[in-house]
Amino acid sequence: MSYQAPHLILATSPFLKRPVDTPMIMRHVLYALAPAVAAATWFFGLSALAVILACVLGCVLTEWFFKGRRPLAESTILDGSAAVTGVLLALTLPPGLPLWMSFLGGVVAVVFGKLVFGGLGHNIFNPSLVGRAFLQASFPVALTTWSAQRGAGGTFGLQASNLALPFLHAHVDAVTAATPLARMKFEATTTPLHNLLVGSTAGSLGETSAVMILLGGAYLAYRRFLNWRIPLGIFASAYLVATLLHAVNPSYPDGTFHLFSGGLALGAVFMATDPVTSPVTPRGAWLFAAGTGALVVIIRQFSGLPEGVMYSILLMNGFTPLIDRVTQPRTYGTKRRLGRGN
Amino acid sequence: MIERLQHARTFRHGVHPGTFKEQTADQLIERMPFPTEVVLHLRQHLGAPSKPVVRVGERVFRGQLVAEAGGFVSVPLHASATGVVTAIEKRRHPAGNMSEAIVIAVDPNSPQALYEDAPHDWETPSRDELVRAIQAGGFVGLGGAAFPTHVKLSVPEGKRAEWVLINGAECEPYLTTDHRLMLESADSIILGIRITMKVLGAHKAFFGIENNKLDAIQALRDKIPADLHCEIVPLETKYPQGAEKMLITAVLSREVPSGRLPIDVEVVVNNVGTVAAMGDFFGYGQPLIERVVTVSGPGVHNPSTLLIPLGTKLSDVLAHCGGVTGDTNQILFGGPMMGAPQYHMDVPVLKGTSGILCLTHAEAAVRKEYACIRCSSCLDACPVYLNPSILGQLARTGNYESMRGLHLMDCMECGSCSYVCPSNIPLVQRFRVAKALLREEDARQKDKEREEAARAKAVAS
Repeated sequence: MSYQAPHLILATSPFLKRPVDTPMIMRHVLYALAPAVAAATWFFGLSALAVILACVLGCVLTEWFFKGRRPLAESTILDGSAAVTGVLLALTLPPGLPLWMSFLGGVVAVVFGKLVFGGLGHNIFNPSLVGRAFLQASFPVALTTWSAQRGAGGTFGLQASNLALPFLHAHVDAVTAATPLARMKFEATTTPLHNLLVGSTAGSLGETSAVMILLGGAYLAYRRFLNWRIPLGIFASAYLVATLLHAVNPSYPDGTFHLFSGGLALGAVFMATDPVTSPVTPRGAWLFAAGTGALVVIIRQFSGLPEGVMYSILLMNGFTPLIDRVTQPRTYGTKRRLGRGN
Repeated sequence: MIERLQHARTFRHGVHPGTFKEQTADQLIERMPFPTEVVLHLRQHLGAPSKPVVRVGERVFRGQLVAEAGGFVSVPLHASATGVVTAIEKRRHPAGNMSEAIVIAVDPNSPQALYEDAPHDWETPSRDELVRAIQAGGFVGLGGAAFPTHVKLSVPEGKRAEWVLINGAECEPYLTTDHRLMLESADSIILGIRITMKVLGAHKAFFGIENNKLDAIQALRDKIPADLHCEIVPLETKYPQGAEKMLITAVLSREVPSGRLPIDVEVVVNNVGTVAAMGDFFGYGQPLIERVVTVSGPGVHNPSTLLIPLGTKLSDVLAHCGGVTGDTNQILFGGPMMGAPQYHMDVPVLKGTSGILCLTHAEAAVRKEYACIRCSSCLDACPVYLNPSILGQLARTGNYESMRGLHLMDCMECGSCSYVCPSNIPLVQRFRVAKALLREEDARQKDKEREEAARAKAVAS
């Protein structure tokens, strides 16, 4: 029988593919961050947007520069991970931070947080937190100058300190205010819960409005782009440890205050859940979350720092390979877990 | 109906690809006209190839033995059409190589009556005699693996088969082969179940059917006679529900130990197509010479479920279905999750060919691979609870021995990991390569040991 044969592609199965890819996940993380970004803009004005833009530019340009300066279509910046790193970094920074510092933080986040390890998927520590840790160590004063909310800045809420030139001291009279955690630690006063929830407190861009963060997290969990075990575990563990401490010594703040103050919501929902730097196994995720939550409260309570989310997550990032190793799944039809004999 | 959905059983993990079964689910099985030539490969099944017992030039009749079993793990082969043997030579095989085949020029004037059309007695023979009869019928697993059925039905010394599990899951997207059989051939299926239970000495049969085939569940519930201990078990629609081990776990909540067989947990699983074919054999004497095949996919003009004589060429089947669209660029034997791509229009339908799928550019797109972001989707998908994320990284660096330590050999290559991976990493594809290389390495090692033992023996004497 004569037959017009088509040109056939040879490959091996499967031939169906779930319509989800990595750039799409990154895009959805950005969508999920939109409420938090909007809240930051509402509370801090243009400053917030300027800091975010500077961080994203720092990250994306660095990625492009060090990954071969390829044309856009072939560049790894299209996978979206650099942009996510930038926005997350910005959300950990104070709104009045000089833009050049924000940009530099982005550069360091991508170079030392990601690229030196081999790029996306190979890094041990959360890149945005690496950038933030670098800034905290290099510019401790700027990083702990928490401007009060809108009204404190100049035109459209752009604060003069944002425009400070590199390595020069900015002589600006910003109106500063203490964060709830600093007030707790150094003045022994607590902030009302509704202020914490809505975000009408001083603090970094993304640590003020817990509600907006949780909203974004809920969306990602619903779309299954986020391991819900990690935020849930962190909240539970932090609440538990804080409640225990409060029971022992009532002068310590209770669990509820810890849950909604500082960067806990941002850290638990968007930082600790970075899949690259958190365990892949379900049991590993619980362990990782328990450790992070406990460390946050311990650092807040007993160290010289008012906030402990960043260091807790970075520390637990370091434990991730170990946690993965001891929580390997049990293969179907076998009795013991992988890596512990058979 | 709601009650049934709620009680659907399943296994842990797995994936939910679209089912794509609408195109053919409601069409009656249609008998395809006989082609002008059939190509019967001697390798239609797992195990030793069949051995020809006919010569070139000989006239053969539909259903007549043309090749005998090549050993215990092998089955005989019967002519799928009346005609003349024109060649016994190497022909294109769907596995991708050239392989010995008996070629029959079909007699266009023959009425294509069966060579022997008397029913076979199944009630008086002993279990051993029944096993031999089933082997003589040429039966293999029709779900796709094509493992000789009589071997499965021979219970080894010291073991017993308490239950029979009939596999009507049909979890592969597009395929409606088993679905149509369950609707149209209930009598053959019921007879096949009786025989299977008798051969095994089993007490009860379970019949697992995914709940996207509620009509089949209902039809069989109505037809199964009261004296047959067969329970229909609705299953959740999930891939790979029809994998033997997953089905056992879903229906009986048991796990088959690693490296062992279902019989080790007192179960034997048989595909619904296989039991239906056995029912036909004992019912009216027809050995395995034709099978139901779903021809579907966006690339074929008239998707249909066909009853096709074995050995019919792909080109003939597609021509019967109105040909393929211009943008068809992948043709598979089997389903889209585990099927094998075809490279030539001359390859014939085998005993294990459950479907013919024509995919177009959209489905066959080559996707850009991104770095693994350790999202754990693959861990949540793997039905045997492996860690494809780590295995994928080891495969990339060629660290195959470490992969063995992480139970690579338990991978059944269902492809769920590749299906879910957002970074488009060809996980299962790399695992296949790794497994093949490790098996080769094992064979080499064994040869070496044997050689050394022989040498030591020679020195000692």
